[in-house]
Amino acid sequence: MSKGRFGIHGGQYVPETLMNAMIELEEAYRKYKDDPAFNKELSDLLNNYANRPSLLYYAKRMTEDLGGAKIYLKREDLNHTGAHKINNAIGQVLLAKYMGKKRVIAETGAGQHGVATATVAAMMGMECEIFMGAEDCKRQALNVYRMKLLGATVHPVETGTATLKDAVSETFREWTKRIDDTHYVVGSTMGPAPFPEIVRDFQSVISKEIKEQILEAEGRLPDAVIACVGGGSNAMGAFYNFIEDKDVALIGCEAAGRGIDTFETAATIGTGKVGIFHGMKSYFCQDEYGQIAPVYSISAGLDYPGIGPEHAYLHDIGRAKYVAITDDEAVDAFEYMSRTEGIIPAIESSHALAYAMKLAPTMDKDKIIVVNVSGRGDKDCAAMARYRGEDINE
Amino acid sequence: MSNIKSAFDHGKAFIPFITCGDPDLETTGKIVRSMVEAGADLIELGIPFSDPTAEGPVIQDGNLRALSNGITTDDIFDFVRELRNDISIPLVFMTYANVVWSYGMEKFFETCQKVGVDGIILPDVPFEEKDEFDIVASRHGVDLISMIAPTSDDRIAMIAKNAKGFVYCVSSLGVTGTRTEITTDIGAMVKKVKAVNDIPCAVGFGISTPDQAKKMASLSDGAIVGSAIVKLCAQYGREAVGPVHDFVFDMKAAIS
Repeated sequence: MSKGRFGIHGGQYVPETLMNAMIELEEAYRKYKDDPAFNKELSDLLNNYANRPSLLYYAKRMTEDLGGAKIYLKREDLNHTGAHKINNAIGQVLLAKYMGKKRVIAETGAGQHGVATATVAAMMGMECEIFMGAEDCKRQALNVYRMKLLGATVHPVETGTATLKDAVSETFREWTKRIDDTHYVVGSTMGPAPFPEIVRDFQSVISKEIKEQILEAEGRLPDAVIACVGGGSNAMGAFYNFIEDKDVALIGCEAAGRGIDTFETAATIGTGKVGIFHGMKSYFCQDEYGQIAPVYSISAGLDYPGIGPEHAYLHDIGRAKYVAITDDEAVDAFEYMSRTEGIIPAIESSHALAYAMKLAPTMDKDKIIVVNVSGRGDKDCAAMARYRGEDINE
Repeated sequence: MSNIKSAFDHGKAFIPFITCGDPDLETTGKIVRSMVEAGADLIELGIPFSDPTAEGPVIQDGNLRALSNGITTDDIFDFVRELRNDISIPLVFMTYANVVWSYGMEKFFETCQKVGVDGIILPDVPFEEKDEFDIVASRHGVDLISMIAPTSDDRIAMIAKNAKGFVYCVSSLGVTGTRTEITTDIGAMVKKVKAVNDIPCAVGFGISTPDQAKKMASLSDGAIVGSAIVKLCAQYGREAVGPVHDFVFDMKAAIS
C-alpha cells in the first residue's frame, strides 16, 4: 500500500506529471515540520497576525435555554479573515515560501479559504490565483470582491456543477500546467498525500487550544466535540488532539441539504460509498458506475461530494460519529445563535450548532460540549435573508 | 502478454482516442471502424467520467456529452464485444480510477478480458498506486499502460522497467488539448525508457496537426491524438465519421 494511508483511505492518486511535486512537498514538509526557525515564524504569524489563540467561550444563555449539557464555543470566527481557514493558509503559504515558490493557487467553496490564501499571499508578497465555482461566485459575491481587493486573480469555474468539486479539479489542472514556481494550497484535509496530513497538522492548533482552555475552565476534558464537515479541515483540527482521549465523543456534522433521502444532499458518509477521486481513496457521493454525484447544500463550504480520508478512517473504526443536518436545521441554528448569544455563525458552522441544539438537552447538566464555530456568518447574511424570502441587496 | 505490441509492428503507430458514446455508441462504432480503415494501429476508447481531472475542456465536454445520454460502463463493454466481431487491432480503455474501482476491480478486468480489451490507461493512477490495479489486470491479460511526463526525470527508469504494452509519453505540462508548440525534449525521455526496457513509446497530449505528429513519431514509436478528434465529434456529431476518417488518414500518412 502506498504512502499517506488512513486505514484503506488516502493515497496519492494523481497524474504522473504531479508526482515529483508531491515528493518535493512531502520532503519539504518533513524538513520544516520540526524546524525551529519555521515553527517560530509560524507561531508568530498565528499569534500576532491571525489573532490566536481563539477564545473558548462559555455560551451561558444557550446552555440555560437548552437546559442540558454546558456548551462552550471555540471561536474560530474571531480569527483574522473570519474563519479557521487562516490557520492552514498561513502554514502552507509559509511552507511554499520556504520551498522557494513564488506563486500560490487554491480552490475555494464559500470563499473563506480563497480569502485566507489571498490574505496571506498579500502579506508575504506572493502571486495568488483562486479557482471558484461560477455558481459559488454568485452565492458569495462579497468574498470574490475581497479576494480581488487582496490582489488575487479569481477564476470562475464553469465546468460540471460549477461548485467546489469543479474548483478543486480545475486547480489541480492548473497546477499540472505550472509546477516549478507554484504551490497548490489545498484548503481542506483532502486530496493526495501529504495534503490531508499537512492541513490536519496546521489545523490541529484548534484542538490543542481547546484542550488547554477547557482544562483551565473546567478542570477536565469535554464529553463531546462537535464540528461541521465538508472536506473536514475544521473538524480534523478540532478532533485531532482528542483522538486518544476515548471518553471524548467526536461528532462531525455533514450537510444533508434538503435531506439524505433526497438527491439534493452533500452528506458523504450518510449517502456515499468508497471511491477514488481528487487524489484520494475515501467516501464519495457517486452513482453505481462511479460517476461523481452533483451534490447540494445551502452552504457553499460543505457542498462537496467527498470527505477527507482521515475522517473516513475515523468513521470506519467508529472513533468519530457523523450525522447529517438539513438546510432548515442549519438556518434555524444560524438565527438562534444570533439571537441567543449575539454571535452570527457561518452557515457551515451552523450545521454543528444545530446538532449541539439537539444533543445538549439529552445530556445531564454536568456534561460538557465544545462546538467549533469555524467561521463567522457575515458572508451568509444576504443568502439567509433570501432564504427567508427577504429581498435585500448585498 | 497482450496484443498491444503488434500495433508497433508496421512502422510508426498512429493511436487515435475517442470517447465512447459521444454522441452515441452507434456513431462511435462507425467512427472506430472508419479509423481502422484509415490506418489506425491501436485505438484508445474513453469510458466517460464525470470529473476527468487530466483533461482539457475539449475532452471534458466529450465526456459530459456521452454521460448526458446515459452511457454506462456496461453499455461500453457490450459495445466492445460487438466491435470485436470485425475489429482485430489492439483496443485500450482510457478512463479514471473510480470507474474501475466502483465497477469492482475483479469484475472490470475479467470483463475486459472476455470482450477483448488489451490494455487500460488510468491517468490518475501513478506508479506508486499501480499495484492495486495492475495485479488484477495482469491476471486477466490486460496491460496497465504506464505514463511518463516532462517532470518525471529520475522516475522514468523506475516506471519504464515494469511497463507493459507501451509507454505513454506525456508531451508537455498541463492537461490534454491542442498546443501550438511542444518544447519538451521527447527524444531524451524516450532514450531513458529504452535504456531499461525495450518497449514501444508513443507520444500524446497536444498533438493536432500532421506536422506535429510526424515530428513526435520521428522521436518515438508513435503518436497519440485525442482532443483534435473529439473536437471533430463536437463539431459534426453523428456526421463526424467522414471528417474523422480523413483526419486519421492524413495523420497516419504524415508519420509513415
